[in-house]
Amino acid sequence: MFKNKRNLLAAGVLLLIIVATITASLWLKFPPTHIDPEARLLSPSGKNWFGTDHFGRDIFGLTIVAARVTLFVGVVVALLSTVLGTITGLIAGYYKKAEFIIMRIIDGMLAFPALLLALALVAALGGNVTNIIIALTFAFWPVMTRIVRSAVLQVNNIQYIEAAKTTGTGDLVILFRYILPNVLSPIIVQGTFIFAKAILAEAALSFLGVGIDPSTPTWGTMLQESQVYITIAPWFSIFPGVAIVITVLALNMLGDGLRDAFDPHKKNQKKSTKKLFRNRKQKYA
Amino acid sequence: MLQYTIRRLLSLIPVMLIVSIIVFLIVHLTPGNPAYLILGEDSSQESIEQLEVQLGLDKPMVVQFFSWIGNVLTGDLGQSVYSSEPVTQIIIDHLGPTFSLMVISLVLTLLVAIPTAIFVVWKRNTALDPIFISISLLGVSIPEFWFAMLMVLCFGVAIPIFPVAGYIPVAEGAINWFYHLFLPAFVLAAVEIGLVARMLRDGMLESVNQDYTRTAKAKGVKESIVLMKHVFFNALIPTTTVIGTTIAGLLGGTVIIETMFTIPGIGQLLIDSIYRRDYPVIQGVILFIAAIYVLVNLLVDLLYAVLDPRIRYD
Repeated sequence: MFKNKRNLLAAGVLLLIIVATITASLWLKFPPTHIDPEARLLSPSGKNWFGTDHFGRDIFGLTIVAARVTLFVGVVVALLSTVLGTITGLIAGYYKKAEFIIMRIIDGMLAFPALLLALALVAALGGNVTNIIIALTFAFWPVMTRIVRSAVLQVNNIQYIEAAKTTGTGDLVILFRYILPNVLSPIIVQGTFIFAKAILAEAALSFLGVGIDPSTPTWGTMLQESQVYITIAPWFSIFPGVAIVITVLALNMLGDGLRDAFDPHKKNQKKSTKKLFRNRKQKYA
Repeated sequence: MLQYTIRRLLSLIPVMLIVSIIVFLIVHLTPGNPAYLILGEDSSQESIEQLEVQLGLDKPMVVQFFSWIGNVLTGDLGQSVYSSEPVTQIIIDHLGPTFSLMVISLVLTLLVAIPTAIFVVWKRNTALDPIFISISLLGVSIPEFWFAMLMVLCFGVAIPIFPVAGYIPVAEGAINWFYHLFLPAFVLAAVEIGLVARMLRDGMLESVNQDYTRTAKAKGVKESIVLMKHVFFNALIPTTTVIGTTIAGLLGGTVIIETMFTIPGIGQLLIDSIYRRDYPVIQGVILFIAAIYVLVNLLVDLLYAVLDPRIRYD
């Protein structure tokens, strides 16, 4: 029950952030384009809830609007990694001959810490939104391939798939109609985690100054700009960071909750212990 | 065991081949002419051509790859475009700070994570467990660099008890060395602590439900002895793998932390080289880090096989 509530809370927070950032132009009192040189680096007040930045822009509005690019990068990276990882994982798990080649390439890619691989790619390609998405997808999809492949290997020997093979069902039908639905839960869970990791990685790359151009507001670029002012205007550094933590935490909670919800082993465990207790109670009653 | 070791060593060959292809391609992905990018916009045609010959860019890509990999195998990673020093030497010069930082954070991580996990499993049926899960999730949700900024703000600016920049080699005094590295190492460890403690807890909870644990309890063995002898040691085996992932996380994290705390290690070298477009150094550092990571994973796998002989016969 607690777990369900937690999932609901996480999903609610994410939905709130998404809705707030999409509708921002309708309700924000101080749009982030509003530059006021006289109101530079003001501390949080009733007027500017999160204070103002070095251009006199309202940090609350900026944080809300910055969510757009940040979340966009996260969603696209999660989707692309999921699609690429699922296709390569299905092929590697199903065809023995392709498995060797695909898994060696994946092992090679996983030999780099993900952030470093993305960093090197962005350094080579140049920092903009498209290249960040390419670099992060490249860094994150190998994990998905590995997870999908091992999930496929587990269901590959189940009887109805053997049966489908014997009756001459086409490979594509077996892969997408019989195997894919059975490996969907680890894919969804991992996709949620990749979303979270992509947000953190984009922020780190932008912070290091190799990511998205500072003129595009993302939480990462805001933190990069705030660095110089950290001692005189700490609020400038604190609020975008809090936004990252809340979003990533919600995603991680959701992923964690989904994993538990999808895990039949865990459910059965709880049921069986409950049963055990009930039986005992009856015995001793 | 010897056979297993040989098999694992042989499996490294394709992995390192792929790694080197990726590292090689990274520079060749660069849009435009690398020589032009390195020298900048107002360079003469002549100097560009000269650098192209120096870097071997005038030859076909396959030839370039094989001559590069041949040099790498003899330990020659090329020459820095920025300082003209050999890349291998530059990397060796920057090794000390990174190694120190990683050792301290790894020790910190294990020192905090192991007792925490044991305590949480011991009190597993209390409200402590969901609180622990939430904290460990929070730990992996905080951007490292932002946490570093907060720590600098707290312990460098508001209550200045720790230095926030610089590095002192061990040779110049171990206490001072540790004192300067404590804050960055703590920031680096903070993210990993939650992760390692969580995995240890999951592993231990699995052992709690095993037959041997039940038997030990049924025999009347004390709860604390069951927990330490039967549960903890069996959970330790899968946790060796966690150390491998932790080191990967730390390697990635050092890049950010070294830049923030101005520690002259491999990570800062990488970032500086990216700003300078010093491609031979970028290639060298990335290849070096990947090789270290692969070696660490090999050692972890071998250790795993020693601890759990079943693995060897897979």
